[in-house]
Amino acid sequence: MSTQDRSKQYMNPYLAGVLLGLVLLLTFYITGRGLGASGAVKSSVVAAVDAVSHSHATGSKYYSQFISDDNHPLNSWLVFEVLGVFAGAFLSGALAGRLKLKVEHSPKISSRTRLIFAGLGGLFFGLGSQFARGCTSGAALSGMAVLSLGGFLAMIFIFGTGYVVAYFFRKLWI
Amino acid sequence: MDLNLILNTMGPLITNGIIDPGWNNYIALLLGMAFGFVLESAGFSSSRKLAGVFYGYDFVVLKVFFTAAVVSVIGIYLMGHLGWLDISKLYIQPAYVQSTIVGGVIMGIGFLMGGFCPGTSFTGVAIGKIDAMVFSVGMFIGVLIFGELYPLFENLYNAGNLGYITITEYFGIQPGIFILGLTVVALVAFYVTAIIQQKVKKVDY
Repeated sequence: MSTQDRSKQYMNPYLAGVLLGLVLLLTFYITGRGLGASGAVKSSVVAAVDAVSHSHATGSKYYSQFISDDNHPLNSWLVFEVLGVFAGAFLSGALAGRLKLKVEHSPKISSRTRLIFAGLGGLFFGLGSQFARGCTSGAALSGMAVLSLGGFLAMIFIFGTGYVVAYFFRKLWI
Repeated sequence: MDLNLILNTMGPLITNGIIDPGWNNYIALLLGMAFGFVLESAGFSSSRKLAGVFYGYDFVVLKVFFTAAVVSVIGIYLMGHLGWLDISKLYIQPAYVQSTIVGGVIMGIGFLMGGFCPGTSFTGVAIGKIDAMVFSVGMFIGVLIFGELYPLFENLYNAGNLGYITITEYFGIQPGIFILGLTVVALVAFYVTAIIQQKVKKVDY
């Protein structure tokens, strides 16, 4: 089998869903909290701002909530969890022959267009995840697992908005 | 069942002092690895595969996400029912309604522009997707913008807090009935999307 064929072989989505559900269940059983992703970005931003200007960080009503004298902002559960995500994804990609430096985009758009919109999409996600106090992982998926109202709201508005605006961004994807 | 046995083994294990909090970061690393491995294995490192859910050519996001939600919520309530897990100690994020809706809308637009969400972009970064790396840099900038402009957003951010409330408490439904309904909705969604996917033009990626 060629690498090209092997790299396209993904796990059955329902099996992946069951496994993801069990990982999430185990996370709640051990820690009492769910999985997340954007929280680690927030911690990194807080740590970076704090490193550049401690007075600016402690003077901000936002950053200061996540800074304490006895703990570095990067010493957080979610930061270590996300480091694990990188390692686990790398392992999966390596085993499946998917490790490759590339820009993935529709043949109808250039790499440049793809990268501009990727950057903008990330910016929007970073901003939105702060308003919603979490992203697709921490707010929506983990929230739904404990039936939290906020989790369902986040899920409905992320995906609902996606369908509403999909028409305008169709050239990026189809 | 013997009360001592329940008290000694009931989760959440760290919250209940059964596992020492000193293990926290190691456990985070291991659970994160499992999380990242499953996401990447399912194809979540590919933005074009993820975006398929919005155009009908690939419903992997819906299948994985909905299956995971149903499995975890059934598992949590079943373990709670069996006395293995103290559900009252699980973290339920506070429902700030307005702020969550605004955040959800912004993230929805971000999803269609970027093709990733934060967790999936990390799996893309891990296997060398340059678009995922740029997305991640964008996220840092987005969080920084929020932090710097926080005084402008503060009122909205803190408005309409309904507290640590579940959807079943809010609507006054039995959790068991809601979970059954959610499972049925998931099964119907799997069936309907399978039909849609057959009718939508294939996209090669």
